[in-house]
Amino acid sequence: MTLALPSFDEVLSRYEPVLGLETHVELGTASKMFCGCATTFGAAPNTQVCPVCLGLPGSLPVANAAAIEHTIRLGLALSCSISPWCRFARKNYFYPDMPKNFQISQYDEPLCSDGHLDIEVAGQPYRIGIERVHLEEDTGKSSHIGGSTGRIHGATHSLVDYNRAGIPLVEVVTRPLSGAGALAPEVARAYVSELREICRVLGVSDVRMEQGSLRCDVNVSLNRPGEGWGTRTETKNVNSLRSVERAVRFEMCRQAAVLDSGGRVIQETRHFHEETGTTTSGRSKEEATDYRYFPEPDLVPIAPDAEWVERLRAALPELPAARRARLAAELGADPKDMRAMANAGVTDLVAETAAAGAPVEQARKWWLGYLAQQANAAEISPAELGITPVQVARVIALVADGTLSDGLARQVVDGVLEAGRSPDEIVAERALRTVSDTGALGAAVDQAIAAQPDVVAKIRGGKVQAVGPIVGAVMKATRGQADAAVVRALVLERLGVES
Amino acid sequence: MSAAELTRLPAAGIAAVVASGEVSAVEVAQAHLDRISAVDSQVHAFLHVDADGALAAAKAVDDKRAAGEPLGPLAGVPLALKDVIVTKGIPTTCGSKILQGWVPPYDATVTARLKDAGIVILGKVNMDEFAMGSSTENSAYGPTRNPWDLSRVPGGSSGGSSASVAAFEAPLAIGTDTGGSTRQPAAATGVVGHKPTYGGVSRYGLVAFSSSLDQAGPLARTVLDAALLHEAIGGHDPLDSTSIDVPVPALAAAARTGATGDLDGLRVGVVRELGGEGYEAGVLESFQQAVALLKELGAEITEVSCPHFDYALPAYYLITPSECSSNLARFDAVRYGLRVGDDGARALEEVMSLTRDAGFGPEVKRRIILGTYALSSGYYDAYYGQAQKVRTLISRDFAVAYERCDVLVSPTSPFVAFKIGERTADPLAMYASDLCTLPASLAGVPAISVPCGLSTAPGSATPLPVGLQIMAPALADDRCYRVAAAVEAALDARRGHPFPTDAPELGHTQ
Repeated sequence: MTLALPSFDEVLSRYEPVLGLETHVELGTASKMFCGCATTFGAAPNTQVCPVCLGLPGSLPVANAAAIEHTIRLGLALSCSISPWCRFARKNYFYPDMPKNFQISQYDEPLCSDGHLDIEVAGQPYRIGIERVHLEEDTGKSSHIGGSTGRIHGATHSLVDYNRAGIPLVEVVTRPLSGAGALAPEVARAYVSELREICRVLGVSDVRMEQGSLRCDVNVSLNRPGEGWGTRTETKNVNSLRSVERAVRFEMCRQAAVLDSGGRVIQETRHFHEETGTTTSGRSKEEATDYRYFPEPDLVPIAPDAEWVERLRAALPELPAARRARLAAELGADPKDMRAMANAGVTDLVAETAAAGAPVEQARKWWLGYLAQQANAAEISPAELGITPVQVARVIALVADGTLSDGLARQVVDGVLEAGRSPDEIVAERALRTVSDTGALGAAVDQAIAAQPDVVAKIRGGKVQAVGPIVGAVMKATRGQADAAVVRALVLERLGVES
Repeated sequence: MSAAELTRLPAAGIAAVVASGEVSAVEVAQAHLDRISAVDSQVHAFLHVDADGALAAAKAVDDKRAAGEPLGPLAGVPLALKDVIVTKGIPTTCGSKILQGWVPPYDATVTARLKDAGIVILGKVNMDEFAMGSSTENSAYGPTRNPWDLSRVPGGSSGGSSASVAAFEAPLAIGTDTGGSTRQPAAATGVVGHKPTYGGVSRYGLVAFSSSLDQAGPLARTVLDAALLHEAIGGHDPLDSTSIDVPVPALAAAARTGATGDLDGLRVGVVRELGGEGYEAGVLESFQQAVALLKELGAEITEVSCPHFDYALPAYYLITPSECSSNLARFDAVRYGLRVGDDGARALEEVMSLTRDAGFGPEVKRRIILGTYALSSGYYDAYYGQAQKVRTLISRDFAVAYERCDVLVSPTSPFVAFKIGERTADPLAMYASDLCTLPASLAGVPAISVPCGLSTAPGSATPLPVGLQIMAPALADDRCYRVAAAVEAALDARRGHPFPTDAPELGHTQ
């Protein structure tokens, strides 16, 4: 049964959304959570396994201290309380990608709890409550072969890769968030984005959503204003920031259609489809699985020493929000500029360029403009370009002192990117220096005017903007070393036309 | 020295003749392999005899000796390994069909330490399936028989371990004890069996039944041998998070001290709750004689009450099934072991279900079902949660008792070895075998069983061994060995010979 979906505005006219986000972050530890196996992404299937992560009879887990430390640091960054004593628990269910048929996780004693994360969407602050941050092991990965969709339905057989089994996984669970209204999809996205930044700054994970090292489950419910919360669905397989936003939007519209038609929302797991931006029903949770949690008897309790926790707290790096505030002040940038820089991934680069002596305006113009374009064209991030903020500052200085025109400056940057040399070396090597001596330009200008009589006629007839081809010819003749503005003025002067 | 004489020697004696060069380790191994060939068709202790591996390990000891390298105190001594301890390249079944054909790719820490000590592993011995049972009748590979009376059980779950030692097939064996599984079979076969302090011996590679109780321990015909074996396998292991990082006490030294027979001033507590109704008269009689003996050796005897011991059995039968229901979930036909019904058409769940139905025996299924129920939401607090509280109360009973006593004593089991089939129809009658051993298991404290007499079961003429259990505070395993050695020495002196030699000759009269 397909329902016609109401528009987003219609949904909002009748319903209020409540959000909840469960984010899994694979920690970037060298070894797995409970054994010494490597965690490298993309290794040949079942090559990073041992008796422990394969769950062979007799094997026992030993907790990875680095993973516990990472989790505590993340908890601290999210303003959580750190439990002075907690245990792992077994979550029992049968699934072939789980070697022991139970997952070592945490249940009623999470390592971190009761925190929050402040974000801002459309100039509006939101405080996202963090219910818990706990540590568990990842499962293996099943692939279903022979079906058309890659899903288990219709497959002839399944393969399991246990390389991922046992990789440390942190689950960050928010409290339900209501009141975001129309901004709910963006709030969800902004939260995941901010969490990702925090993980990155803490160095606890490479947080690559496309590789699954950050995975998000999106819980959405709708209720009519003034009524209690509705039944929620949990959408899995949401693997990009954009998808987080789209998944929330789609679920709001879909649930509204169900409710509008007098139906009821079923509590279930749904799958998000990247191609269509839609969700489809997964397994129903109406008959709740009984995971028969109990304390993991193979592991001793975790009892983080309070002093150690304080040392970790003191050693936390500057977090993204604080950093943004500091940079905004230092760079004199308004929230809009800050967003533009953040979206382009150049905030740090602009700051470092400014720190190297460039005017902030110029630094921003370069990184958001020409350099961002080059990075886009090369399909890399601006930070991965082969030019340093110090070099960009030098180019800006060369423009400021008149050594280079804007056009020449771009050529110098191209040279740095290609040859990996410093701007000064490129300038010297290629003799890229503005030719502003009008005397030296005179001959080239006269030649260009003589060569294009039809253009000259147009200009003299009042079409000043037709001067381009003549300026172009001069620039070509001088190998781009002339200052285009000077050339233009000179041409018009020769032709006796007011510019 | 004849092969028959070699198999009668205690482990320490074998190590001495191997070290002196009087006999080669290969001769010792061969003598025991021959003994196994001669009598195991009657006893059925072994599930897998690794003759080649044993002879190779023995030769390595001989080579080491020839090269003048130092040998450990048990180098060249043969051993029977319970089939719940994994052995690289050697099948490990846990007495279950579900692991038939599984060859582990790694060694348990216990296995590795045995090998490092130059101990010669003869093979893998029988057990109740996944160590669930008290008679070895729950093995999927048929019961083991008690060398004292082949119509009787050798105790369990380490019945293959106890029977192999009592039948002189091996001077040493490794058992595992979750609720009494080294002590009770040791008592049933007239040998020594010890359950170490929980965390004292690594569990890495011990296929888990109930993780919070399982402990591997030694079985031997003498207390000193058991102590030497315990020293070889004990101590911290970074691969087991629950292993305790403290040095192993000097156990062999404690056994030697005890053998001098001086227990002057030792405070011995007789646990009131572990005796009385349900205990065979002959067992209680032997026990009382043992207590009298302790007094003669200088011990001060007091009676202590541990009221919560009465709840040990129900608590045990909630905690261990709960843990086993989770531990045994991995046997699902996906990665190793038995796979039933995979015809290409059946769904995975069906294959899992058919495999587990065919692969697990009735007792294992009973406990998985019990445990699954006890852990389910809504029942967890009433069952698993309450049982954990009882466990705490039992630990407190021990703590209070140890304020007044150095060790606690009781019979090891309420009755002597029973007839094969006698208790299989009634699980509760079977479970009663472990009434005396469960409290120490639940509290994680060490306990040893040493032979203390012979008793005839009601309606039988055959005298059968009775065990004395000696319990000590956590990490004070040395006290168990000291007291046990004192009892052993005094009784050997009084009787003129050790208990195991009273067992009837196998292969001749039967």
